[in-house]
Amino acid sequence: MTAVRDPGAAPLLEIRGVSKRFGATRALSSIDLDVRAGEVHAVLGENGAGKSTLMKVLGGALKPDDGALRLDGAPFTPRDPRQARRAGVAVVHQERALCPHLTVAENVFLGDEPTRGPWLDARAMRTRSAALLTQLAGEARASRTDPSAKVASLPPGDQQLVEIARALAAPSPRVIVFDEPTSTLDAADVARLFEAIRALRARGLAVVYVSHFLEEVRAIADRFTVLRDGAKVAEGEVASSTIDGWVSAMAGRAIEALYPRSARAADPSREVVLEARALAGVRLPRDASFTLRRGEVLGIAGLVGAGRTELLRAIFGLDPIARGALRVLHVEGAARPHARLEAGVGMLSEDRAHEGVALARSIADNVGLSRLPWIVREGAQRAIGQRWIERLGIRAPSVDAPVSALSGGNQQKVALARLLHHDVDVLLLDEPTRGVDVASKATLYGVVDELATRGKAVLLVSSQVPELLGVCDRIAVMARGVLGPARPVSEWTEEAILAEATATATATAA
Amino acid sequence: MSAQTTTPKQLDLPRAFARALARAPWAGPLVALVLVYGFYAALAPDTFARPEIVVTMLCQTAVVVVAAVGMTLVIVSGGIDLSVGSVVALGTVVVAKALRGGLPLPVAVLAAIAVSIGVGALNGVAIARLKIMPFIVTLGAMSVLRGAAKGLAHEEMIYVDARGLESLLAALPKARAWMLVPPGVWLALGISVAAALVLRSTRFGRHVVAIGSSEPTARLCGVRVDATKIAVYALAGALVGVASVLEFSRLTLGDPTDSVGLELTVIAAVVIGGGSLAGGEGSVFGTVLGALLMTVIRSGNTHLGLRSWVQEMITGAIIVLAVALDGFRRRA
Ligand SMILES: Nc1ncnc2c1ncn2[C@@H]1O[C@H](COP(=O)(O)OP(=O)(O)OP(=O)(O)O)[C@@H](O)[C@H]1O
Ligand SMILES: [Mg+2]
Repeated sequence: MTAVRDPGAAPLLEIRGVSKRFGATRALSSIDLDVRAGEVHAVLGENGAGKSTLMKVLGGALKPDDGALRLDGAPFTPRDPRQARRAGVAVVHQERALCPHLTVAENVFLGDEPTRGPWLDARAMRTRSAALLTQLAGEARASRTDPSAKVASLPPGDQQLVEIARALAAPSPRVIVFDEPTSTLDAADVARLFEAIRALRARGLAVVYVSHFLEEVRAIADRFTVLRDGAKVAEGEVASSTIDGWVSAMAGRAIEALYPRSARAADPSREVVLEARALAGVRLPRDASFTLRRGEVLGIAGLVGAGRTELLRAIFGLDPIARGALRVLHVEGAARPHARLEAGVGMLSEDRAHEGVALARSIADNVGLSRLPWIVREGAQRAIGQRWIERLGIRAPSVDAPVSALSGGNQQKVALARLLHHDVDVLLLDEPTRGVDVASKATLYGVVDELATRGKAVLLVSSQVPELLGVCDRIAVMARGVLGPARPVSEWTEEAILAEATATATATAA
Repeated sequence: MSAQTTTPKQLDLPRAFARALARAPWAGPLVALVLVYGFYAALAPDTFARPEIVVTMLCQTAVVVVAAVGMTLVIVSGGIDLSVGSVVALGTVVVAKALRGGLPLPVAVLAAIAVSIGVGALNGVAIARLKIMPFIVTLGAMSVLRGAAKGLAHEEMIYVDARGLESLLAALPKARAWMLVPPGVWLALGISVAAALVLRSTRFGRHVVAIGSSEPTARLCGVRVDATKIAVYALAGALVGVASVLEFSRLTLGDPTDSVGLELTVIAAVVIGGGSLAGGEGSVFGTVLGALLMTVIRSGNTHLGLRSWVQEMITGAIIVLAVALDGFRRRA
């Protein structure tokens, strides 16, 4: 923490009395916040606390109802994101904002393209975005940094790097805002991002950093501010505070156990509900063998892009199976998603906005969607939605609110609620706690534990190794499309999982 | 992930080129065009393969191509324009009226183009600023402008001396055989090349794609979404205006009932050419090929002497087939 900063200096960015309402929801009430040059300032809070709303105000995507911003002492009232960016405030938004049909380079410079006369300077766009992406993705993974690739063809983690590169490419940045930048990144990407952020800090820029990964916040931030229900409830120096302290400030109470776990033991005599033998998809996975029994939570660890999502998609019938054997419940071989659901298998996609929720529809519509009765009674559907709002602590104005009006973490809970309401026997969960705050994570882990106790089987894909260690009975690691052997969680450590995830394909196949 | 040691430089260039060619959005339409042309040429070898027929077909396509280039921009931006046929008819009436009123030729031509630009800009304002669906706005415009054309022409054909405008798409006289094809075809070609460059290599063009690909993202990235959309519809209007002048040169009269349903041919050309009605996709070159394909089918059917009901059924089937095959190719 050797930031070039002087606490007495005037703040680079001043936020004074900023308020914002959405209908009856007070998303922000009279927030004061100072961000100094050469510091990383973390903004913490539960799902729906107002963090993203504040970031959107900074980036010019939302206009505050009240209050004022000052940048470098001068009033800062961006009319739109373009003006904010020109003035030096660039934002990596929580929800992915890329144009899938454009190339990486075109997305990095969208709205701010370098030109030569009337033409785009395509070469400059390519070389500059390639340089930024190499910095973010590392030299070794050259294929991730092809600036001419269409964004639609990239996996989510790489798309996130494009978003980050977009912010770093701002013409003369003063403040860079990261709203949960790491939820789709693996550990190596996060390390490189932090390098980049430290370099920004050393150049005297201000960085605003929003995340639910509090360990990461500890590693990168200098100061912090905690929001709760749209109001500032705490602020201070990171060095002189504790994570437990942040958590209780965020939740307004202490969290007892992050990983609630009932006394359930793996029982090898129980029915095998999912069995894969040398399963391979068209490209990924390349070789996956495992069994999953009732009452069991099997975790799949691995780097982003290792093929874990593809494995779940193949099992659920979203992607074709190229080779190998698969049995799910009593069904041999491949099946379509609707048949899987009928048989009692459900999947939660990692791509919330596109496959997780219908953004324009209400919470009630979303939760009931996959299990509608022949005659749909609105009252009954709303009651169901209401039940899940309470069960998972979804923060929403009402069951009739469109999911697009919820904060990111609350959208994630709606997606999960649909699956839980369907009451399947086998749950395929792909990054189920992405964007979810600490207290809600504890709730979701409790739900998973309860499912297992009731004899359901859970296949859990997660990039959060502590989460896997805390929730699963057994864990297997996937590396470059090859799934290693599943071992009881007691035989794993965080280091062992990371080592196996980064090992070469031949070593894991053995 | 394992094959990442090869850097782009080490790639086998000819194969990379072949792959890029196969991936190009217009590769499918090109193959379809060659196949369909070959099919008709094989069935009617003594007429259909003759160069004069090819020139005639190019002349017949010019109007559709110019209008379809504008439609490509509209469709790539995620919109649609159903008013094309009505605007072309209105344009022929405007030119004829102006000429009959004794105005000079350039003024008559510019008047038709100006009217089209105005119509396009109004459509654009209604779509971008009033947030009305493009389908509805232009469906309304289609009806309003057809009515306007009929009113302006007093529901009659307007016969008039075309004052040389007819040579735009007429067979070339001996003295100008060096031009190979009539000037109207060159005009269509020039417009296509210019539009392709604009779409691919200018900021405006990339913003059009961005809006069609994801409008919220484009807005968040500072693209002037409304202004760009209005510009797209106005530009497409300008091209429809040019198309109406070309149409007048073929008819040599103002006809308010002309070009009914032209918009569907134009939309089909864009979609056959790789355009997606969901926005974000489409290429000018593909559109030109799509327009040529439509002409080849129509005139091929005529050459074979098919009954008109058979022609219509074949035309429809080939359109759907071409788009379906292209979809398969791209997913493969
Ligand atoms: N467009 C909108 N319309 C209505 N309400 C909204 C809208 N955007 C946000 N809200 C509400 O404002 C509140 C704050 O949301 P915000 O997205 O800022 O939360 P957050 O702190 O970023 O949460 P998360 O950690 O889940 O991302 C929430 O109650 C949310 O429901
Ligand atoms: Mg948020």
